[in-house]
Amino acid sequence: MSNIPSELKYTKSHEWLKAEGDDVFTMGISDHAQDQLGDMVYVELQEAGQSINAEGECAVVESVKAASEVYMPISGEIVEVNTALSDAPETINQDPYGNGWLLKIKVSNPADVDNLMDSASYTDFIASE
Amino acid sequence: MLKRTSLYDEHLKAGGKMVDFSGWDMPLHYGSQVEEHHKVRQNAGIFDVSHMTIVDIEGDDAQPFLRYLLANDVIRLKNKGKALYSCMLNETGGVIDDLIVYYMREDWYRVVVNAATHDKDIAWISKQTESFDVTLTEQSDMSMIAVQGPEAEKKLSAVVDDALAIAIQELSPFNAIDHAQMFVARTGYTGEDGFELLLDSDKAVSIWQSLVKEGVSPIGLGARDTLRLEAGMNLYGSDMNEDTSPLESGLAWTVAWEPEDRNFIGRSALSKLKESKPGYKLVGLVLEDKGILRDHQKVIAAGVGEGEITSGSFSPTLGKSIAFARVPVSTETSCSVEIRGKLAPAKVVQAPFVRKGKSCIT
Repeated sequence: MSNIPSELKYTKSHEWLKAEGDDVFTMGISDHAQDQLGDMVYVELQEAGQSINAEGECAVVESVKAASEVYMPISGEIVEVNTALSDAPETINQDPYGNGWLLKIKVSNPADVDNLMDSASYTDFIASE
Repeated sequence: MLKRTSLYDEHLKAGGKMVDFSGWDMPLHYGSQVEEHHKVRQNAGIFDVSHMTIVDIEGDDAQPFLRYLLANDVIRLKNKGKALYSCMLNETGGVIDDLIVYYMREDWYRVVVNAATHDKDIAWISKQTESFDVTLTEQSDMSMIAVQGPEAEKKLSAVVDDALAIAIQELSPFNAIDHAQMFVARTGYTGEDGFELLLDSDKAVSIWQSLVKEGVSPIGLGARDTLRLEAGMNLYGSDMNEDTSPLESGLAWTVAWEPEDRNFIGRSALSKLKESKPGYKLVGLVLEDKGILRDHQKVIAAGVGEGEITSGSFSPTLGKSIAFARVPVSTETSCSVEIRGKLAPAKVVQAPFVRKGKSCIT
């Protein structure tokens, strides 16, 4: 059973979002997503300073098995990227909600966050997939 | 309903992540594909390969039949248990499948072909038997386990009777012995020392359990693929198929041209291709920078032409991405690979990438 922390928001494409204050949110991929993909061996992140719309591609994570696109949960500007993943992509497998984060985003419209799933909805969503 | 091997319950017990592999419910990994890969390179692992097809070919014409059916020549098999790798070609020189054939007796050979090609292989082989005095028997009730890694001999010896343990220690590579309903071959698909066991299903479960108790880790199909790629071994359906000949697939060494009067299926088409020189070759690639090479990515050899990756993945042993690619024959030592619209430089190398745990790449 995968770990789905209750304080986070989730997307149908298996990203998570966590409020850090001042309209900045950290994002990554869920425990369920990393489990499905398997051992991570490469991560490609968009650069800080870029503004990307919701559902736009903001990263590619590659496991031994396959490459998988990661999408912006909501519109915003990338303010920081997790450069440590470049040398240690397996951190995503080990700690998907902690050190395995991908990007920090300054969101354009914080109210958009309310449209994302909470942990209960995401749990149901995974079960229905 | 997916087919299950005799070891299905063992996979579930070990936490196997099961996937559909050509109609079989097989373990992709048991937690971490990369860790499993390292276990085989450094210690030993066991693989359930019971989904593969075992066919016995028996009869007075067994040898002439196989000399006609296969591009390699079974006349090279002189001793009982000796194994030979070969392609089975169609009339146009394309590869129907690759296989291993074991010499059991003058009138008995055992052939192991791929699971994904089971139906077409059986149909093709049956069709070719018409003018030969041979019978085909598929050994569907047999299981097949591979024990691979530097510790394979030690671990396997520890779980069999003394006579077999001695025989195993004396067994040369690419040879097999048939001992009390257990057929043991010193063969594999990993580039490590190791064995493939063909045995009854009951026996398979008990040997599997004993080996696990000895500390041998179950290894899934995911690691099987990265191990064979590092070892420079082709995968049927990816690196060669019915539209590509062995000459364009790094398998020219498996075609026995001598004696000249041996007629095998595909010979005339292959001879013509050999004379006119094939336009493509299969090479190894090592990606210079970070990133992952994947099947079907475009390969560009500047001033020469274009090719395609046939098998690409991450090499856990080298810590970088490697691949097989079919490229124009005049491609030299470097090329570029198109990854998500960008060109990434790659080195062209001779496979294998890894042999017996050590990198072969300078």
